[in-house]
Amino acid sequence: MTEATAGMRGVPSQDEALRTGRGLELALLVFAILTVTAADAIVDLNTTNSVGADVVTYGAGFTLLWLAAHIVVRVLAPYADPLLLPSAALLNGLGLVLIRRLDVAVIERARQSGDPIPRGDASVQIVWTGLGLALFTATLLIVRNHKALARYAYTLAFAGLTFLALPALLPARYSEVNGAKIWIKLFGFTIQPGEFAKLALMVFFAAYLVAKRDVLSLASRSVLGIDLPRGRDLGPVIMAWALSLLVLVGESDLGTSLLFFGIFVAMLYIATERTSWVLIGVLLFAGGAFLAYHTIPHVRVRFDYWLDPFGHRANATQILQALFGLATGGVLGTGLGNGHPEMVPFAKTDFIFAAIGEELGMFGLVAVLLVYAIIVERGFRTSLQVRDAFGKLLAAGLAFSLAWQVFVVVGGVTKLVPLTGLTSPFLSYGGSSLVANFALVGLLLRISDGARRPAPPPAAPPPPLAEAVTEVVTQ
Amino acid sequence: MNTPFVVVQATRVGFLIVLWLFVFAALRVIRADLFGSNQPRMATVPARTAPRPSTPRRRGKAPHQLLVVDGALTGTKIALGEQPIMIGRANDSTLVLTDDYASSRHARLTQREGDWYVEDLGSTNGTYLDRAKVTGPTQVPPGVPIRIGKTVLELRS
Repeated sequence: MTEATAGMRGVPSQDEALRTGRGLELALLVFAILTVTAADAIVDLNTTNSVGADVVTYGAGFTLLWLAAHIVVRVLAPYADPLLLPSAALLNGLGLVLIRRLDVAVIERARQSGDPIPRGDASVQIVWTGLGLALFTATLLIVRNHKALARYAYTLAFAGLTFLALPALLPARYSEVNGAKIWIKLFGFTIQPGEFAKLALMVFFAAYLVAKRDVLSLASRSVLGIDLPRGRDLGPVIMAWALSLLVLVGESDLGTSLLFFGIFVAMLYIATERTSWVLIGVLLFAGGAFLAYHTIPHVRVRFDYWLDPFGHRANATQILQALFGLATGGVLGTGLGNGHPEMVPFAKTDFIFAAIGEELGMFGLVAVLLVYAIIVERGFRTSLQVRDAFGKLLAAGLAFSLAWQVFVVVGGVTKLVPLTGLTSPFLSYGGSSLVANFALVGLLLRISDGARRPAPPPAAPPPPLAEAVTEVVTQ
Repeated sequence: MNTPFVVVQATRVGFLIVLWLFVFAALRVIRADLFGSNQPRMATVPARTAPRPSTPRRRGKAPHQLLVVDGALTGTKIALGEQPIMIGRANDSTLVLTDDYASSRHARLTQREGDWYVEDLGSTNGTYLDRAKVTGPTQVPPGVPIRIGKTVLELRS
């Protein structure tokens, strides 16, 4: 066990620095911080024609938090992938800039209409970033070896399910915000337990599928040239499906439901390498979607608005304004601070991509999507590198969940798929999402640290007997 | 109050350029990671010090080169000597593979009486001589592909 080897936990020496990639990470992180600070300054320049003190305070806070994160990685996961942290920092920073920019717009509008001036959300978001960093550190500190997580798979599954079900069971007073019963409201705080349940359940899926994958991938009969699994092996996928539907019915949350089912099917496919699982997943999904459309009014409304937003001009304002925003942005965008992203309802949370599309244009939007793609690529890369099956499956699952969530969100904003009300990881305003994603990146860093850590130097192969020097063996 | 036109346009395009520079910087790292640096890492075979015992060569065209014909290290050549050739991901291998499907000590090529034998060293994904899995020391005729993960090697005379 490499864990036990003396000195393995230590900070790598100078000549190892190149291999660990920590220097590269720092360089890219500084680049990301400068980019974010520039964005902040541009917002001020374009909205007030001067650079205010806020740029300095937010810039300093953001810089300190992420440099702290870098130091945490240096100490706790010195061999981790160098691209994950700077990419996450850039997304988090851009999110902060856009939230502050939307604050400015909201305050300006309140001032003009004489309403009470609302408190800005950017300062709250930076506090959440700090909490996220705390959980990130805790994740790296507690999970010293990702393989240990597999031992708590069933505990985590229980915790995840409890967390997921809690809002549905609580009275609406404690759990409902804007029609979706996915919150827990306590002492003025609102948290979205689904975000944390997602991580816990992914750990469980990975451990469970690794244990069961032989059964799931080998036992089969061939029907029409496709290897179909046996009826009794369908259990887990039916369970995941039923769970997703329960979430949908109990919490009116299309997004989380879609997210969970997608993650489960993808992990099942990665574990078994069998296309038939994807096919079964898609069929189950189609059946579930059909059922939901005809029985749940909330879902029907979402579908109708998606298919024909202009026919529901009074109610589908969200998607319509988002589309107008994207059209205004065009290829190069209006420039940070020059557009009117505040016209889209929920621009800070679900529709932050509309704000990016409007102010940074297609070029900016694609760049942001590529930054997500970089994180996802590093996740899959880690999955290929790491040796143990559990680590492989967990890393791939985490990477896929991020990609899937971004797809569902951007697809919703651009009218490719129905709107679901998920947050975009790291960008969106919202504590639970941000903090949970910090933990997600922490887990990815932990696995990649395990994957990239050089093996302890192997004992030199014994020389051929004839050439060997006589040695005295003492016992 | 209005921001000058030049400033608006400069910051608008300038910021996008900065954003893309970050993306390109990250992509460069990924690229280096995927394709490796330009020089394949290859240990040189130690020069022979002792005079070579006259090994009887049964065939005149004994292989004297190991060539990588497919995989990340395509084109790499290793001169064949007396010493066995270690193949794997371990840094002290003669041929250091950067192949995800290779084990750290994957296979060994040894020479005996002018013939080369390949041996699998308990690798995870196995070593294949042409299409057959190598289970014990197997003689390698020149030109027959040895497959290790995505890497294909051949002996050339």
